[in-house]
Amino acid sequence: MSSYDILFWFFSLAMLLSGVLVIASRNPVTSAICLVALFVFMAGLFVLLEAFFLAAIQILVYAGAVMVLFLFVIMLLDLKASQRRRFGWLAAVGGLVVAGALVWELGIILQTPVTVAVSGQTEVGGGLEAVVKPLFANYMLPFQVTALLLLVAMIGVVLLSKKDLQ
Amino acid sequence: MNCLNVNTVDWGMNGTVPVCSVWIILFAPLVAAGLITVFTQRWKGLSAALSIAAIALGFVLSLRMFFLAHHGIWHQAHPIQWLAIGNVWIEIGMVTDSLALLMLLVVTGVGLAIHVYSLGYMKGDPGFSRFFACMSLFTFSMLGIVLSSNFIQIFIFWELVGVSSYLLIGYWFERPSAAEAGKKAFLVNRIGDFGMMLGVLLLWQHTGTFNFAELPAKMAAIPPGTLGLIGALIFCGAIGKSAQFPLHVWLPDAMEGPTPVSALIHAATMVAAGVYMLCRVAFVIPGALTLIAWIGGITALMAATIAIAQNDIKRILAYSTLSQLGYMVMAVGLGGTTPAMFHLTTHAFFKALLFLGAGSVIMALHHEQDIWKMGGLWKKTPITFGTFLIGTLALAGVWPLSGFYSKDEILLLAFGENKPLFVVGVATALLTAYYMGRECFIVFFGKPRDHHAYDHAHESPAVMTLPLVFLAILSVIGGWGGYVPHFLDPHGEVPHAAWGWLLLVPPALGFLLAGMIYWKPVPSDAPVKAALGPVWTWVENKYYFDELYAWIVKYVQGTIAAACELFDRWVLQRLGIGSLAGTTSVAGKTLRLLQTGNIQSYAFLFGLGVTLIIYYVVVK
Amino acid sequence: MITLNHYLMVSGLLFALGIAGLVMRRNLLVIFMALEMNLNAANLALIAFSKFNKIVDGQVLVFFVIAIAAAEVAVGLAIIVALYRQKQTVTVTELNSLRL
Repeated sequence: MSSYDILFWFFSLAMLLSGVLVIASRNPVTSAICLVALFVFMAGLFVLLEAFFLAAIQILVYAGAVMVLFLFVIMLLDLKASQRRRFGWLAAVGGLVVAGALVWELGIILQTPVTVAVSGQTEVGGGLEAVVKPLFANYMLPFQVTALLLLVAMIGVVLLSKKDLQ
Repeated sequence: MNCLNVNTVDWGMNGTVPVCSVWIILFAPLVAAGLITVFTQRWKGLSAALSIAAIALGFVLSLRMFFLAHHGIWHQAHPIQWLAIGNVWIEIGMVTDSLALLMLLVVTGVGLAIHVYSLGYMKGDPGFSRFFACMSLFTFSMLGIVLSSNFIQIFIFWELVGVSSYLLIGYWFERPSAAEAGKKAFLVNRIGDFGMMLGVLLLWQHTGTFNFAELPAKMAAIPPGTLGLIGALIFCGAIGKSAQFPLHVWLPDAMEGPTPVSALIHAATMVAAGVYMLCRVAFVIPGALTLIAWIGGITALMAATIAIAQNDIKRILAYSTLSQLGYMVMAVGLGGTTPAMFHLTTHAFFKALLFLGAGSVIMALHHEQDIWKMGGLWKKTPITFGTFLIGTLALAGVWPLSGFYSKDEILLLAFGENKPLFVVGVATALLTAYYMGRECFIVFFGKPRDHHAYDHAHESPAVMTLPLVFLAILSVIGGWGGYVPHFLDPHGEVPHAAWGWLLLVPPALGFLLAGMIYWKPVPSDAPVKAALGPVWTWVENKYYFDELYAWIVKYVQGTIAAACELFDRWVLQRLGIGSLAGTTSVAGKTLRLLQTGNIQSYAFLFGLGVTLIIYYVVVK
Repeated sequence: MITLNHYLMVSGLLFALGIAGLVMRRNLLVIFMALEMNLNAANLALIAFSKFNKIVDGQVLVFFVIAIAAAEVAVGLAIIVALYRQKQTVTVTELNSLRL
C-alpha cells in the first residue's frame, strides 16, 4: 500500500465521517464545524488529484468564506428551541430509503471499471496557469456572466436584508 | 401604395393626373368618420364640415375623372396584393370603368346633396356628430362596393354597407321601433348575403379566381346546371340588398331612420348596390336570367299595389322604391344592364329628391308623417311643393323628365323580350302614377285637416331647399339626350319604337284616376275601399308578409332552436363538457393531495425521482 | 492502486449522504449544509474525471461551481434570515403556508 493509497483512504473516510456528523448532530453549530472539516478533507482529495489551485480555492472560499457566513447566520438566529427537536421517524426512514437506493445503484455501476476515454493530451496540470488559461480563452463569456451573477447576487442580498422588506 | 409612385397621365391640356385620386375618393370618407369618432365628437359644426368635405372632395374628383374619361383618358389603378393563401390570391383593386364612374358620380353627387340637407334636418339632434360619422362610414362602404375589383372585396364592403345601414336605421336607438327596424334590416340582409357567399365560393371552386377581370374567360368551364345555381345564389345577395321579393320586408321598416338616411340608403345608393352588383357581374348570371326577371317583375307590381294603401308619407315612397328596384332587376334579368343602370341613375335623382321633399314636409309639420293630417301645404311650402311635384312627375315617367327615358327603355326592352313582363311593367307604371298622384293630392292640396299643424307650418331653410333644387334639376335633365346609356355603352343600340309615346298613356291614366278620387277638399280612401272590398284589406296589410315571416320564425325556427337547445344542454353541455370538466376537476383534487407544503416530502420525492431516472438511464 | 472508481465511489457516497440529510433534517440551515455536500460531491467527481481523462475543462467547471455556490450561499442565507424575521422559525415543518 503506497503512501498515496493511505492518504486517499484517510481523506475519504474522514470526509465521509464528517458528512455523517453534519447530518446527525443536533446542534447546528456542530454541523457547521463538521462541514468545515469535510471541506478541508475534500481539499486533501483535490490535492491527491493534483488540482492544487482548486484545493486552495476550496479552502479559501468554502472552508473560509462560506462557512463563516453559515456560522454568522446561526449566531444571528440563535436557534435554541429548534436544536432539541428529534428526527421524525418518517423523514428518517424516507432519507435512508433514498440514500440506500442511491448507494445500491452506485454499487451496481461501479462493479465494472468506468472506462476512460483518454484524450490526446499527455498530462494535465492542476496549477493556476492550467486552470485559469481556459477561463480567458474558451470560457471568456461564462466567466464574465459569472461575474455579473455575483454582482446581482450581492445586490439581491443587500435588498433581502433590508429590515422593512415586505 | 399607389400614391407613392404617382403614375401620371398626360392628357394634353394642362398637366397630369395622379392615379391615386380614386384612392382618395374611397378613403376620404373613412378618414372623416375616424376623425369625427375619435376627435371631434364635441364640435358638431366641425364634424359635419369634415363629413361634407370628404364627400365633396369625392364628388369633385369623380367629376374630374368623368371629364377625363370623356376625353378618352381612363384611370388605371394598380391593385394591391392583400392575401396569398396557397394558390388563392386576393387583391384590393380599383375598377374605374364607365359603370363604376357613373355609380361614383351618383353616390358622391346625390350623397353630397343629402349630406348638406342633413345639416338642416338634423339640426339640434343630440347625436349630430355620430350621425355624420355614420354617414361617412356608409359612404366609404358604398364607394368600396362601387370600386371593387373582385368578389372578396365586394363582399367585404357589402357587409360594411350592411353594418353602417344598421347603425343609421337604428340611429334613434332609444326608440324601440327604430332599434327593431335596424335589427330586422341587418338580419334579412344576412339571409341574402349568405346565399351570395355560397355563390361566390361555388364560383371560386369552379374557376379558381375571384377577380372580375379574369372571370369571364373562365366561365365556359362551368357546367350549365351549376352556372344557374351560381347565378341564383349570387342574385340572393342582390335580393337582400335591393329588397326584392321575398326579402323586401326590411325596407319599409327601415323608414324608422332619419329621412336623409332614407334618401341616401334606401333610395339612392345602398338598395341600388344590388342592381349595380348584378350589372358588374352580369357575366356570371346568364343561367338565372329568367328567375331574376320574374323576381323583379313580381316585386315591381306587388310593391306598387301595396303603395296605394299606405298612410305614411315615407312608407309610400319606400314601397315605390321597391317597385322601381323591381324594374331595374327586371331589366337586368332581360339582359339589359344599360337600361337598368340608366334607371338606377335617374331613380337615384328623383327618389332622393322625393325623400328629401318628404323630409322637408315632415319638418314643416314638426315630425308629422301621417298624410291624412296634412293637406293644402302647397301655399305654405312652395319650394318643397314644386320640387316634390317634379320628383313625382319624373317618377311616374312623364315626358320630358328623366324618368320617362329610363322607364321607356326598360319597357321597350321588356316588349321585345318578354310580353307578360311588359304587361306587368305597364301595370306598374299606371299604379306608380296613381299612388304618387294620391300622395301629392292628399299632402299638398285640399283643405288642411290639422289646423294647428298647418298654422305652424313653414318652409325649410335654404340649406335644405338648395339640395332639393339641385336634385330637381338633375331629375329633369338626367335623361336628356340619352347621354347616360351612351356613356355606359357607346356602341349599344337604344331600343326605339314608333309607338313609344303611347307609354305616356299609363301614367296619364294613373294621374287621372288619382285625381278623380282624391282631387277634393276632403279626400278619403272610402270609394277605393268600397270598390276593392277584401282586396283592400290584403293590400293595406302588405299581403301579410310580416305576419307570415313572424309565423315561420315563431314555429319553424323556434322548433329547430328548441331541439338544438335540448341537444346543446343535455348532450354537449352535460355529457361532453360536463364529463370533461368533471374528470379534470376530480383529477385535480386528487393530485392536490400531493402538495403537502412540507419541504421534506418534496425532497424525498425529488430524491426518489433522481434515483429512478438513474436506474432507467444508467443501471438498467 | 487507486482508480477512478474509487473516487467516484467516495463522490457517490457523499452525494447519498447529502440527499439523506436533505430529507431527514428539519432545520433549514442544516438542509442547506447538506446541499453544499451534494455540490462538493459533484465537484469531486468532476475533478476525478478531469484527472483521469486528462482534460482540464472539468477543473474549469469546478471553478464555476465554486463561484456560483458562493453566490448561492449568500442569497440563500439572506432568504433564510428574511424568513426568520417573518416567521420566527427555520423549522421546515412549521413553514407550510404553501399548503392548501
